Amino acid sequence: MGIIKASRLIFDYIRRDDEDRIEEVERALDGVDVDIQKGDLVAVLGHNGSGKSTFAKHINGILLPTEGTVWISDMDTRDAGQIWEIRKTAGMVFQNPDDQIIGNIVEEDVGFGPENIGIPTDEIWKRVDESLEAVGMTAYRMRSPNRLSGGQKQRVAIAGVMAMRPECIVLDEPTAMLDPNGRKEVIRTVRELNRREKITVLLITHYMEEVVDADRVIVMDEGKIVMDGTPREIFSQVDRLRSYRLDVPQVTELAYELKQAGLALPDGVLTREELMESLLPLLKKEKREGTVGHGG
Amino acid sequence: MLREITLGQYYPVDSLIHRLDPRTKLFGTLVFILSLFVADDIWGYGLATIVLIVVIRLTKVPFKYMVKGLRAVLFLLLLSVSFNLFLTSGQVLVQFWIFKITREGLRLAGFMAVRLVYLVLGSTIMTLTTTPNALTDGMEKGLGFLNKVGAPVHEISMMMSIALRFIPILVEETDKIMKAQMARGADFETGDLIQKAKAMVPLLVPLFISAFRRATDLAMAMEARCYRGGSGRTKMKPLHYEMRDRVGYCLQFAYLAGMAGTRLL
Repeated sequence: MGIIKASRLIFDYIRRDDEDRIEEVERALDGVDVDIQKGDLVAVLGHNGSGKSTFAKHINGILLPTEGTVWISDMDTRDAGQIWEIRKTAGMVFQNPDDQIIGNIVEEDVGFGPENIGIPTDEIWKRVDESLEAVGMTAYRMRSPNRLSGGQKQRVAIAGVMAMRPECIVLDEPTAMLDPNGRKEVIRTVRELNRREKITVLLITHYMEEVVDADRVIVMDEGKIVMDGTPREIFSQVDRLRSYRLDVPQVTELAYELKQAGLALPDGVLTREELMESLLPLLKKEKREGTVGHGG
Repeated sequence: MLREITLGQYYPVDSLIHRLDPRTKLFGTLVFILSLFVADDIWGYGLATIVLIVVIRLTKVPFKYMVKGLRAVLFLLLLSVSFNLFLTSGQVLVQFWIFKITREGLRLAGFMAVRLVYLVLGSTIMTLTTTPNALTDGMEKGLGFLNKVGAPVHEISMMMSIALRFIPILVEETDKIMKAQMARGADFETGDLIQKAKAMVPLLVPLFISAFRRATDLAMAMEARCYRGGSGRTKMKPLHYEMRDRVGYCLQFAYLAGMAGTRLL
């Protein structure tokens, strides 16, 4: 069993009126089954309202299943006695960088999590040093968070989670409020943590470019998992992705259109280099045939 | 215009007073304020003046910077001085129209002015030399004994430090909302005080909504980072008393004793 496992997970948002009668029930998650392996970088894609954020909030017990079960490292999230152990195992980074930083100084914010779980003072300092180093924010440790850019704030938030030494990190649209540079900065940090520190990452996003070198991509729509596979498998199905109101990366789209126009290109081209490599032989072939044609 | 608001205007230099434990400074401020109400003659105020001058010199904060804080209480100062000056009965010195200035009134007004100015200076010294974090930490630990009677000391200090962190964010947000409404023709500048206050209402509603939304998000983020109140929490920067704090406390008690002595003279 993997580090994150959900079985027939159902979650209803229930709206009640003043007299506590149920006014409206909205099914946000509708039978999600998933098993995520340790050390993977898994991206979850989906349009607004597809249930991806709701799913993320189940992973560290902020929301509890209406039906079904979620296990984190074999711990059931509904077991109230283990909730802090679960939150220690699965850290979470949210969308708005301002609303998740508690400390008035960067290093104090990173120390907030370890303080909460009762780590001794010396060990807190060690962890804060390491976490700031891991996200490349050591130079800013004495700054006020209010003076940082969005991308830097998000990296501080990631450091704050890292300082609790989690086994996995869930990032709920961490780049949605950032400019393109901040976005790159955060995604690079996340990837490095995944590779170097072997942290399992669940990246929830609707930016396709961020998904390309994930180990696995899960596509959600209307509370269900509708596609699940490697980026290449997912992005080779351009039409199907479009039916879930998702776009594919620009390069993939270009390759797809070229293929539709009759070029012999493979499915699911993910990077510019790949596209170049598959285009070059075609060009050479064309050239050769062209010259031969003229010569004859 | 809104950016000028500063709170707990910390002045970052390295001085003996800066390095004192925040609890020592909190207690010292309390002692000083108390002493101002004990003093009732020239000796008492003289002693307070000497102590204040020595401490101000020790902080290495420019005196000019310190006096800035007085402007905020200028109106209050004038009001209380004139009340004392004109409304105290006793031996009449000067009399014109319905006003009369008495000997006792002059004395009271003078002491009142000094008392107010010293009060402000004394507490300014603390906020100038202590970071907001150290201040809330100091309050949490210094007032920890109140936990025993059920006062939520940790919660209050956590609230204070979160408030300090969010003031600049909310100020920025207010600025943004104001500009957005000005772009659509709202007028915050003209009119009398009442009209200006009325113009603020449509500003406050979106600000409150946004503050509540932020509060919900922040609470969720804190819970996700295993926050569950003060119990079982360790400190990244625990407070320790040093030699200088012990000396500080001794001097504070010596000062109090001296002040009591001036009353007996």
